[in-house]
Amino acid sequence: MTSATLPSPTSWTDSKRYLWPLGALVLLLPIVGTIGYEQTGWVAMLWFAFFILYGVIPLADYLIGEDKANPPDAVMESLAADRYYRYALFASVPVYLGMWFYMAWFGATHALPWYGWLGLTLSLGVGCGLAINIAHELGHQTSPFERFLAKLALAPGFYGHFYVEHNRGHHIQVATPEDPASSRFGETFYEFFPRCVAGSFKRAWTIEKKRLAREGKSVWHWSNDNLQSWAMTAVLWTIVGVWLGWQAVLFVAIAGAYGGSLLEVINYLEHYGLMRQKRADGSYERCQPHHSWNSNHIVTNVLLYHLQRHSDHHANPTRSYQTLRHFDGVPSLPSGYAAMIVVAYIPSLWFRLMDPKVVAHHQGDMSKANIKPELREAVIAKYATASA
Amino acid sequence: MKKWRCLVCDYIYDEAKGWPDEGIAPGTLWADVPSGWSCPDCGASKGDFELIDD
Repeated sequence: MTSATLPSPTSWTDSKRYLWPLGALVLLLPIVGTIGYEQTGWVAMLWFAFFILYGVIPLADYLIGEDKANPPDAVMESLAADRYYRYALFASVPVYLGMWFYMAWFGATHALPWYGWLGLTLSLGVGCGLAINIAHELGHQTSPFERFLAKLALAPGFYGHFYVEHNRGHHIQVATPEDPASSRFGETFYEFFPRCVAGSFKRAWTIEKKRLAREGKSVWHWSNDNLQSWAMTAVLWTIVGVWLGWQAVLFVAIAGAYGGSLLEVINYLEHYGLMRQKRADGSYERCQPHHSWNSNHIVTNVLLYHLQRHSDHHANPTRSYQTLRHFDGVPSLPSGYAAMIVVAYIPSLWFRLMDPKVVAHHQGDMSKANIKPELREAVIAKYATASA
Repeated sequence: MKKWRCLVCDYIYDEAKGWPDEGIAPGTLWADVPSGWSCPDCGASKGDFELIDD
């Protein structure tokens, strides 16, 4: 092969390069809704960010479609080192904090009907959910500044345990029955959600307790990453309480809980039914590309910093978002995460759409799938007969 | 013999122990661990390990 047939590293451009700042700009949607409300008096405008997430983004994913392009190997290093991408990501944190304070102020200073409150809460919650994804990207980087920003971005929504739990819990146990953040075949989102939240909190606490014990420190030592992020939450919520009253604290707490549910519904669809096999010595095989569900839909991939290229993310956890690659032949979702979370909310629809994909992926041998324990034997028998 | 810690998940590579499961014999220095090797627990690359001073 001559060099003429290879794309020159300098000629390759990232088609999403100038789209990445949208990840910070969408955090302004709740504010846009409140301005719309002020201008028109329409209470529906307070639902703006919520409508965009559940309506406009899934439609845009459908219309704009997929992008399977990968950066060539020759540019990977320079692409990873390009500070532009870091700054585009960093910018989202102050934007989020500003939006969060503004929304708390807006809620505390406007008399609204209950359905206006609900829209306002859900719109702020969409921002809190997106912020957890931003913290996810930052928390995988290795510099102290990025890790600080990760904890800060989790603080308004009281989700600081995620910083610990995700890297040192989920990434180790992913796609095994032991992982609270990997969903099982036959498990509805409503069963998964409480199991995941309780298991994740517990695991985050235990991980830090063990780490600190190794260093001869108490779990209450200030360097406990959980306590650090929760302390930031305490400071932020106290500011809101003193400035705007306890109702405003309740408002941001409910929005944060809804934001957390958005993260968990995404967790639900990232590894549904997929399972790493055990080796002869009882340990699990390494996490491989076929242990995650993926999507190449452009709109959601931009807004979620390529989170949907999930197989590469688990194979290379510290790989920056702009360099995550599509793999051929990996489990693929029918659409981007925004449309799929709506499906996940409706268990009968979810099972109808996803169960055949899990069965096909395992070629009918469901003993290789991660199945809800109560259903395990029946599911294995059912598909073994069907495929025989 | 030195120890190296994964920055993502805290797994520790101990040069004295190696990682015989994947053919890395006990006593293998970090420098001699293949560059394509990754963390057995979370999959982070070799570059994401730091030397533990103790």
